[in-house]
Amino acid sequence: MNKTFSISTGRRKLKTAGRFALVAVFLVALLLWGLVLNVNTGSADIPAGDVFRMIWDGLRYKVLNTLTGDYASELQYALAGGANQRIIFSIRMPRMLLAAVLGGALATSGFLLQTFFRNPMAGPFVLGISSGAKMLVSIVIIFLAPYMGKMDSFTMVVASFLGSLIIVLTVLLVSQRVSSMSMLLVVGIMMGYICSAVTDFAITFADEHEIAELTSWSMGSFSGASWETVGYSAVFCLAAMLLAWLLSKPMGAYALGEGYAQSLGINLKVFRACLILLTSLLSACVIAFAGPISFVGIAVPHISRSLLKTSRPAVVIPVTYLCGAVFCIFCDLIARTVFAPTEMAIGTVTSFFGAPIVIYMMLKRRRGQEA
Amino acid sequence: MNYYFKTSDLDVGYNGKVLIHDINIAIEQGKILTLIGPNGAGKSTILKSITRHLAKIHGSVHIADHEIYDWSPKEMAKKVAVMLTDRIRPELMTCEEVVAMGRYPYTNAVGKMTPTDKAIVADSLAKVHATELAERDFMTLSDGQKQRIMLARAICQQPEVIVLDEPTAYLDIRHKIELLDILREMAHEQGITVIMSLHEIDLATKISDYLLCVKGDTIAKFGRPEDIFEGDAIEKLYDIAHGSYNLLFGSVELTKPRGEPQYFVLAGGGYGLDCYRALQKRQIPFATGILFDNDVDFQVAQVLSDHVVSSSAFEPINETVVQAATKLLSKCTAVIDAGTPIGTYNQANAQLLKFAQENNIPIRHSWHSILKD
Repeated sequence: MNKTFSISTGRRKLKTAGRFALVAVFLVALLLWGLVLNVNTGSADIPAGDVFRMIWDGLRYKVLNTLTGDYASELQYALAGGANQRIIFSIRMPRMLLAAVLGGALATSGFLLQTFFRNPMAGPFVLGISSGAKMLVSIVIIFLAPYMGKMDSFTMVVASFLGSLIIVLTVLLVSQRVSSMSMLLVVGIMMGYICSAVTDFAITFADEHEIAELTSWSMGSFSGASWETVGYSAVFCLAAMLLAWLLSKPMGAYALGEGYAQSLGINLKVFRACLILLTSLLSACVIAFAGPISFVGIAVPHISRSLLKTSRPAVVIPVTYLCGAVFCIFCDLIARTVFAPTEMAIGTVTSFFGAPIVIYMMLKRRRGQEA
Repeated sequence: MNYYFKTSDLDVGYNGKVLIHDINIAIEQGKILTLIGPNGAGKSTILKSITRHLAKIHGSVHIADHEIYDWSPKEMAKKVAVMLTDRIRPELMTCEEVVAMGRYPYTNAVGKMTPTDKAIVADSLAKVHATELAERDFMTLSDGQKQRIMLARAICQQPEVIVLDEPTAYLDIRHKIELLDILREMAHEQGITVIMSLHEIDLATKISDYLLCVKGDTIAKFGRPEDIFEGDAIEKLYDIAHGSYNLLFGSVELTKPRGEPQYFVLAGGGYGLDCYRALQKRQIPFATGILFDNDVDFQVAQVLSDHVVSSSAFEPINETVVQAATKLLSKCTAVIDAGTPIGTYNQANAQLLKFAQENNIPIRHSWHSILKD
């Protein structure tokens, strides 16, 4: 009996590992395809061959530069490039990389929250994080902008990050005192309402153009990308994802409920604080650089779980990140190109595709449970 | 005596408020202790304080002379495993994965399962006879199967003490027996100390080495089952004002019909049971006799009727008893002959039948005919 058992376990392990490899390869291929599509399509169509040649040239010059410190050659290269080169290097590439980095971050933070609340509908915004960001952004746009002259994007980033953090810290503080998950969820939702109220209050005093600015911010966009934002957010998000992955052991045990998790030796208070902090930092980062983007956090973890047919965090976290990156890259491509030259907000596209996916998943899940 | 699990003057409760105070338990290794008592008496509160899900308020809990509250969470997890009443809903987890969670305190930082760990998982599944469920999605199991898997998970943790909060809840009688059998095996063969709460008193007395009766703010009784229950101890513990619980047979009888007897049931030797219960169901008061006090009918008649005529076992029935029965019978509207054969020692029943005939009291040979309604 024992023998047959171990054989079947072995086969299953292989199956999970094989499935993980298959899904990962598939997603990486999709990601690469998405990256290529993203670089060469748009208002100026640039053939893929040209793109690769330019990337190659760019790399060559970059390397040459660092090695010889020959700035003259960089200047020469930039001059030789022309419009297409500028489009690719300073607009499209940072933008798509930002979409990939932040999309993955958003999806991962959704997965963490779903683990945390053991509720498949939990997303990065249930804790009121985006409302907090929006509140501070609206205050900055409406009340502070007149004194600061022109609003720059850096101020917006700082404002939304601080706004998110205010909520995160509040929720973290509350989580140390209440023991029930649902209470925490209620607190998060209520915080969201309070922030929305403050935002609405601020809007009462706003001009038309300020409202327009706030609305366009709150629909989210990757258009503000630069190499700098890509660099910062990549370091930040990938580090957070790695930390999250290191928590995958307690996360798996947490799926059995708090009572069992505690009896297995998990320090619940510390674990919950870590999880909230990570997920909030991830979503705060996304909100700061791209605005609140809906449904990625809910839909993508579902997709990756059903692709993998397991919810083991150690495999689901990396796949969720990849999957989020792919999802956002294609959504951004759609946002950019379908009604070109008019660009849609990224939130519009993600909701349009994300919501039906969530509904489908829910129905399928329910059916599976009833059977 | 060397006690393995011990609590001294333990006070438990929520938010610093004492619910039950001065709990003193002491049991040896490999014994089964069962907490019984009415709903809301605090059985779970005590169990949670033993598992550290709830901080104790005062006193001490010792396992093998160590205060459990001094252990790190990890050390604690290696000593004590639990089975809670929480119904878990893990998504996309196979039973094997659920059971493997029991290895948590033993695996490395990323939870890598060594071949030893895997063997222990397989072994735990085999112990609860669930090897064939290994690959099934946990959410697709029946309640009985889920309980078995959760028990396997606890076993997989290789604890020295296993604490179970109402492990038989949601289970049908077959699965209750199976689960308790597994627990007994664990306790007796592997020396795992079992501490649990049960609602089924009959099962509790049969499986436990020790019973702890929890009632109100203190421990009503603690000791071996045979020492604890005498007379109406159960009725007192559970505040049963109507109905009764027969510890000898583990049978429950519902509320006794009160008032003047309408029927006299001639019974004995178990022939009367169906009739008594049928009358109880319709709340018709009845008299019955003549029963020897070691008769199985007597056990039930006693709690269902105020008018039981009984006689000492192993002795001939004396005349005063027969007269008492005759007096009762003359007040009844009919006699129901439950069918007890009349032999050498219960000739008195024949006398009663004869009396009924002479006084024109109708005799029925089956309760079905009168109780049809």
